[in-house]
Amino acid sequence: MSEGSKARYSLGGDDHIFVELDNEMSLTANFKAMAITTVLEQTQIPGLIDICPANASYQVRFDPLQVPPRDLLAELQRIEGEVGDATAFDLDTTIVEVPVLYNDPWTNETLLRFRSHHQDPDATDLEYAARINGFDSVDSFIEAHSGAPWFTSMVGFVAGLPFLFQMVPREKQLQVPKYLRPRTDTPKQTIGYGGCFTAIYSVRGAGGYQLFGITPGPIYDPTQQHPDFEDFMVFFKPGTIAKFEPIDRAMYDKYSAQVEAKEFRFKQRPVKFSLGEFQADPDAYNAALLEVLHGS
Amino acid sequence: MGVRVVKPGMATTIQDIGRPGYYRVGIPPSGSLDQYSSLAANLLVGNDDAAAVLECTYLGPQLHFEAPTVVAVTGANLPPLLNGEGRPTWESFAVAEGDVLSFDYLEGGARAYIAVSGGFDVPQVLGSRSTYTLGSMGGVEGRVLAEGDWIDTGDTEGATPGRVVPGSLRTEHPKHREIRVMMGLFDHRLTPSGRQTFLGTEWRLTPVADRTGFRYQGAELEFEERDPPFGAGSDPSNIVDAPYPIGSIQVPGGIEPIVLHRDAVSGGGYVMVATVIGADMDLVGQSAPNNTTRFIEVDLDTALEARHDRFKRIEELRMAVAS
Repeated sequence: MSEGSKARYSLGGDDHIFVELDNEMSLTANFKAMAITTVLEQTQIPGLIDICPANASYQVRFDPLQVPPRDLLAELQRIEGEVGDATAFDLDTTIVEVPVLYNDPWTNETLLRFRSHHQDPDATDLEYAARINGFDSVDSFIEAHSGAPWFTSMVGFVAGLPFLFQMVPREKQLQVPKYLRPRTDTPKQTIGYGGCFTAIYSVRGAGGYQLFGITPGPIYDPTQQHPDFEDFMVFFKPGTIAKFEPIDRAMYDKYSAQVEAKEFRFKQRPVKFSLGEFQADPDAYNAALLEVLHGS
Repeated sequence: MGVRVVKPGMATTIQDIGRPGYYRVGIPPSGSLDQYSSLAANLLVGNDDAAAVLECTYLGPQLHFEAPTVVAVTGANLPPLLNGEGRPTWESFAVAEGDVLSFDYLEGGARAYIAVSGGFDVPQVLGSRSTYTLGSMGGVEGRVLAEGDWIDTGDTEGATPGRVVPGSLRTEHPKHREIRVMMGLFDHRLTPSGRQTFLGTEWRLTPVADRTGFRYQGAELEFEERDPPFGAGSDPSNIVDAPYPIGSIQVPGGIEPIVLHRDAVSGGGYVMVATVIGADMDLVGQSAPNNTTRFIEVDLDTALEARHDRFKRIEELRMAVAS
């Protein structure tokens, strides 16, 4: 383990090791999870079944008949030491522009149906989120949400659902509690918010996150019919960087027609992410990332 | 060759040994919840381990066979009827063209497995035929079987009726189970009394028990007070959203522990306090609502020994069915 490590190692039964790198959320903890799991994937350790980086933790599922749990645990601690604070590690990933119709009719209809589950039944979720985060209007809140890019810190809950953490200092993080009681319904491709995370609902279903808007682009396609899904049915991977782009209804309808015709593609570019360079000057680094996205 | 689904049963799905390797993007392993019984059904009809079977929960389907084949039913005590006439469980039997397989009422356990010689043949998705309904993936159009579905079956070569799993190698279905767990994950968030309550309570399975998870009732667990870490949420049972091990036991709000199974939600923000050991996951899969369970704490070495014992039992099963 590295010096001053906050990591906590625990066996999950005889076939999982769960590692909490920090009990609080931070880009540093998340990036460490990315770095350790990337190094682990490159080792030739037999019997590794699932390697799952997550927000401030990661998990390995393995076959204990092929790799003794205590040996694997020692190896994970060794990799943690090798990775250190992960500032020297570069992640090859992509940056993607996600068009969002904020305050859209579909999530508004849904949130009105579940007002009795909400902290503030007289406001919309966006009005509530803007108020408790000290913004004077919904528009300025949307500006903050769609300003700085977001880092996919975990993919899961259900297939292809990304959790995104905004790439801004702690004091600029938006925080909104989840619904008091979960809803039984959420439209597919809803942009939701809970705690310090944006989630994009990959499929229609239950959920407890606040409802901010919707993207016309599919992010999960199990039958792989849309152009972005030729290689794999899940669009967001751990480490994918997203920039939310507010759009109006006309643009939403245009993109939806492209989706209908199976011609829609997210705008995306390959990019290398370095935590050390980001930490040195977040604003400048984010601006450079967006240049990569918008460059030709 | 194939079968027509006349009645689908309650939640019948196509399952196999699962779809490992995609949990990092939220796709769980899926596959038969009781892998031992599912394997036994395949061995009885001469199939490979990886052949797909039907998993039938509580209530069996009614199937119309359009070609002669060999069938076996294992797992829960769900008595098979061929054209209305009783057939044994844990024993392969012949089916003729036009025969109808149906089932009597469940007598014990929760999930029966139907294997047909050559396996149920649907397209593989990410290397498996298993149905994952939350992600609309695998099986028949990613869903539970419906009336009128047609399912292809493979070649019947090498299948013989009358193969039997001896009584000592059949799964029993008591109404009370002792499920072995390893404490860990976030169990330090429990008070000593909360921990004692978890291990000392006779938990009752609620009707909220499906391929995703099994929810129990019986007591409320006490957590240590704390200042919530950034991003965790205010309830003492909240954590920064983390991966959930298959078999992990989470306790939202300190009430109603949930054991996640093979269609698990892959992560979330609830404290987990223990994990069912690999060898006992089949037992969880056979638990029916109102059955009772006590969680028994074991250490790693005991869990590994149990895993070895299960493998020995599987080897005995292979020998017994082959001879």
